[in-house]
Amino acid sequence: MGGGNKEALMGFWTTFYALSFYVATLILILGVGYKIYQYTKTPAPLKIPTTPAPLTTGGVVIRMLLEVILFKSLFRSNKWIWLFAMIFHGALWVILLRHLRYFIDPQWVIYPIWELVELIQPFGKYASFAMLFGLLGLLARRLFVERMRYISSASDYLMLVLLLVIGVSGVLMSFVTRTDIVQFKAFMLSVISFQWQNFELSAYQMPPDSMLLVHLAAVILLMIVFPFSKLLHAPGVFFSPGRNQVDNAREKRHVAPWAIKQFEAPQT
Amino acid sequence: MAKAKFETPEFRPYPVIPVIKPGVMKDSRSFVSKPGMQESLGYPGELVDNWQEVAINKLGELLTKYRSLRVYLDTCVKCGSCTDKCHYFIGTNDPKNMPVGRQDLLRQVYRRYFTLAGKLFPKLVGAKDLTRDMLDDWYNYFHQCSQCRRCSVYCPYGIDTAEISMAAREILDAVGYGQKYCNEIIEKVYKIGNNLGLPGPAIRNTLEGLEEDIKDETGVDVRLPLDEEGAEVLFVPPSADFFVEPHVDGLIGYGKVFHQSGISWTMSSHASEAGNFGMFIGSYENMRRVSMRIREAALDLKVKRIVFGECGHAWRVAYAFLNTLAGPFDFLDKRYPIPQHICEFTYDLIQKGALKLDKSANDHRRVTYHDSCNVARATRMGHKPGGQFVIPREVIKACCNHFYDMPSDTIYDETYCCGGGGGLLTDELMEVRVKGALPRMEALKQVTDDHQVTHMATICAICKSQFTKVVPYYGFDMDQIISVHQLVGDAIVLNVNEV
Ligand code: HEM
Ligand code: SF4
Ligand code: SF4
Repeated sequence: MGGGNKEALMGFWTTFYALSFYVATLILILGVGYKIYQYTKTPAPLKIPTTPAPLTTGGVVIRMLLEVILFKSLFRSNKWIWLFAMIFHGALWVILLRHLRYFIDPQWVIYPIWELVELIQPFGKYASFAMLFGLLGLLARRLFVERMRYISSASDYLMLVLLLVIGVSGVLMSFVTRTDIVQFKAFMLSVISFQWQNFELSAYQMPPDSMLLVHLAAVILLMIVFPFSKLLHAPGVFFSPGRNQVDNAREKRHVAPWAIKQFEAPQT
Repeated sequence: MAKAKFETPEFRPYPVIPVIKPGVMKDSRSFVSKPGMQESLGYPGELVDNWQEVAINKLGELLTKYRSLRVYLDTCVKCGSCTDKCHYFIGTNDPKNMPVGRQDLLRQVYRRYFTLAGKLFPKLVGAKDLTRDMLDDWYNYFHQCSQCRRCSVYCPYGIDTAEISMAAREILDAVGYGQKYCNEIIEKVYKIGNNLGLPGPAIRNTLEGLEEDIKDETGVDVRLPLDEEGAEVLFVPPSADFFVEPHVDGLIGYGKVFHQSGISWTMSSHASEAGNFGMFIGSYENMRRVSMRIREAALDLKVKRIVFGECGHAWRVAYAFLNTLAGPFDFLDKRYPIPQHICEFTYDLIQKGALKLDKSANDHRRVTYHDSCNVARATRMGHKPGGQFVIPREVIKACCNHFYDMPSDTIYDETYCCGGGGGLLTDELMEVRVKGALPRMEALKQVTDDHQVTHMATICAICKSQFTKVVPYYGFDMDQIISVHQLVGDAIVLNVNEV
């Protein structure tokens, strides 16, 4: 590599992506944080678990785990959606874990974390195909099932397209264009540890690969839309009163602060 | 019975998912409430001029009061899991009767006024302005939801369309666009004491008449006491049990159970109604006001226990909300659940061997059991999850030799609503009601074909009224609908306890 022009160009992209990455991270964390704060602050004034519901907090934890990990309700409902959803989300988690290797320095973390990240590398690499398969299945359902088309708006398709773009560009980088991983990691670690002076050196800049630019742009976009879109289902599922409440209404009163203020305060 | 201007749906040879027919139920509309009723519930008499502003503000207020609403409006991913789960969609094919389609009517407006994405890019995220058309769609389609919670069972996030419908109805009331059926009934509860508008003396008369009937039939003095201070148990039946068939045979059954138990009991003319339509209109305030009557009656009559009769949504309010709304019930006997369901009460007696039951008295009946939606998915009986399914069935089996369940995906927490719950039990909604009953009727047809079932027992006043009205459309007879406590009453052998 050489070519002053190209270096200057990558210098620009390096700065641009580094800055975007900070902005997106801020939006993601503050946005989701605000939503979680809002959900926590809003009371559930009545006991409304969908019954049969667990009678203890421990039972609720199990119920939630079955929902979050195995999508139990979805399984009861529709095996096709469940299958595609499991494939997509399962692969997504494996891929996310695999990506940790670009963001952590082995020296930063205690034993076995790095070893685990290493361990899943080969799975992660092929999980991307599973993810694409799951996404295409979900997209096909959305496009070809009349009821699904009826309930979908543009953003529902675009979300799948965005994830497909991330997945396809990722696969192309791993298996076709073979982006310089060492250099990318140097870039990412500099971003994360705020070592901006590194960006002067070409070894710490974004590797010059158009697929990478596409991949990262799509990821940054995903991070930005997360708190404003249906991706809120990820934190939201934990706050669903239908699923997270203990069935103990006869044993325990459950009065919301606003209801006490409105109805009970004058008498006491 | 006058045959209606719509076609009763055909039984489906096998369970296909219906194709969508947008707009077919657009004009199926219940009557709008009258000014007087609105006002006695604390709402404007008619649609206010600035309804749009009021509605948006009300939605904003509810979003801060109900976590369910906020989380459910945000979280839906349009996965489609719920789309084929609502009996009204199955029966009508109208996509706005798909649970998510129904929710979206409110969600689109929520997105437009309360989310950044909807404010900036309404087209992209399907956000819509609150127009008069939208308001009318709210009115029509949120009154085609029986708040049965079937959709919530299948949603990966437990999104409960009933919660959305309740919020929407509360908004409609707040702008002066309430529904006549619900609000008239709540007004009757406030003015007279029960949903049917039966004054105390009329109830007393009926009860005396029924006591005589029982005496004539059995030769035993079974009492149906009203307003008797110092009784052990306050019993709260739905008011339909006083007057309507087949409900009233259930009331006779309760009387016989209490008689045999030897536990003193009374009904109350002040709280002569178990039902609480405050829930249907999503109004915490009205639901609380209706609930307080029961507390007051319990205090006035100095009882030690409260037992509820056979009524589905009443049991939901009683089981899940009463303690919260009208508690604490420190003055009641804590050894018993507060409140208790009549099926729990009867089941306990059966367990203890305190009832002598002659099953052969029901040998001319082959019985199936319809799990009422609100009992199944919003309450419990007994001490174990799922007791709401087991206990009524055990009671029935203790009284009948021939019991058969309907197909497994139509019972327990997968049960289908009767089609008339949630404030829909009104004549002008007959088309919705008949069509919404389709899945239950198909299941009944199946046990009829497979096991020659003759009767469908249930423990809900609305289910009983709805079924007796709609089963004839599907070729069944209204006499096939029966109260669980009629089965008990017929099997019970009276007076063996007495010397
Ligand atoms: C606690 C974590 C999560 C849980 C329990 C969860 C669960 C679900 C479930 C049950 C569905 C419905 C089935 C389907 O349509 O696939 C769904 C849909 C979806 N999830 Fe998640 N999810 C989680 C995290 C995420 C994350 C982190 C993302 C993305 C970055 C994501 C993206 C999506 C998308 C795009 C859909 C819609 C798929 C479609 O359009 O059909 N999810 N999720
Ligand atoms: S609560 Fe029942 S009636 Fe309402 S949308 Fe859900 S399934 Fe349909
Ligand atoms: S099942 Fe739940 S998340 Fe899926 S479309 Fe229906 S309401 Fe939305």
